[in-house]
Amino acid sequence: MRAVRLWSVRHSHGLMKLYDVFEGLIMAVEPVVRRVGYDRLEKPVSVVENGLKSAMFDCQMCGQCALSSTGMSCPMNCPKNLRNGPCGGVREDGHCEVKPDMPCVWVKAWEGSKDMVNGNIFDVQRPVDHRMKGTSSWLRLMRQKKEGTYPRPATTARADAGKGAS
Amino acid sequence: MKSKGQLEAKLTAGEFVITAETTPPDGADEASVMDKVGCLKGLVDAVNVTDGAGARAHMSALATCAIMAKNGIEPVLQFTVRDRNRLAIQGEMIGAPALGIHSILCLHGDSITKGDQPDAKPVEDVDSKGLMAMARHMRDTGTFPAPSGRKIDPAPGLLIGGAETPRDPDENFNTKGIEGKIEAGVDFFQTQFAYDIEVLKRYIGALNDQGITERAHFIVGVGPIMSAKSARWMTENLFGVHVPEHVIKRIEGAEDEKAEGRKVCAELVEQFKEIKGISGAHLMAPRGEKAIAQTLTEYNLRG
Repeated sequence: MRAVRLWSVRHSHGLMKLYDVFEGLIMAVEPVVRRVGYDRLEKPVSVVENGLKSAMFDCQMCGQCALSSTGMSCPMNCPKNLRNGPCGGVREDGHCEVKPDMPCVWVKAWEGSKDMVNGNIFDVQRPVDHRMKGTSSWLRLMRQKKEGTYPRPATTARADAGKGAS
Repeated sequence: MKSKGQLEAKLTAGEFVITAETTPPDGADEASVMDKVGCLKGLVDAVNVTDGAGARAHMSALATCAIMAKNGIEPVLQFTVRDRNRLAIQGEMIGAPALGIHSILCLHGDSITKGDQPDAKPVEDVDSKGLMAMARHMRDTGTFPAPSGRKIDPAPGLLIGGAETPRDPDENFNTKGIEGKIEAGVDFFQTQFAYDIEVLKRYIGALNDQGITERAHFIVGVGPIMSAKSARWMTENLFGVHVPEHVIKRIEGAEDEKAEGRKVCAELVEQFKEIKGISGAHLMAPRGEKAIAQTLTEYNLRG
């Protein structure tokens, strides 16, 4: 389903807007989710999330979605699972060193990120928390945003850092 | 001889060996290692170095072992499958003898979820039996495992250890697990704490009956108990450990619980020496290298 994945990157701008609406929506239903119980909803929600995100992004269900910082190009599709930029092996044609017929996930991420308003490709992603594999990152996001525990990026190395940004 | 180690030499000669255990330090110099383990020099035949015990990072076991070997303490490198894939494992196995490390103890390793960085990735590329088989393959054939098959010259001469837990041989007792490890390559076993001498006698007796103690050496775990409270904690929390109530009472009733713990340990070691099929004692005590050294000197048990 690489074609769909690449389509998603090409439409990162629209998807980001859609996602912003979606995030507003899920935060609105948070009280309901809380009442029903996060644990009880974990399974059905992760099944839906997996189905949708697998189709659109070849999602690997790492449980800690970084799509909004990676131009809607899922970094877990990188054969080296790199979450903070490409390796040194990107081919001249922008393809992957390990899978020569696949465009580099990070080349695509760079293209996708240019069209995104929010999201910051310069956010340094934390190491993957392997306990979260297979779990819903929507529910986690919902809960963490509500409880104020949403993890900030490890650091932000913005291209415009040092230019008087407050 | 499979290795160049003194441990194998003594085991092969049928001498009763004494091994101990240390945990690598959280300090990045040689002194951090020797301050902890130096007290055991000359008292034991070898010292095991734990590998990320409790799934916590410390100085690497390989580095700790190399420092010990350089300073005249024969190390037993504990080797877990939790943190390395087969490439890393094979690299360390070749490096070990080059650094003066001649014995390894193959383990799975405590679960990452129990450690202080539970978000880390458990590697588990092979299991502990696969680890034993890998070590034996490389030692005995002088090649990397299939499909590689590349040559290793000289081959890593490692004495291969495994872990076992002494238990009462009831009607369900079978030795398939132990034999499986021996077939995978184990030359010696170091066991969990055995404070119940009657259970231990029955266990080793059952292994003698099956001829197992002739196929691998059994070095039985024991240690100076620090207090009656710690004995109770061990019985309740450590897998396969049972400190009999009369032993706990004895420590509890003593004026100096620590001294009594050392005495209990020394008496057990003396008893091990009398049991046919036991090749040695493996002394463990968390953060207790000095207590182990004291036990060995007080009761003249040096290996």
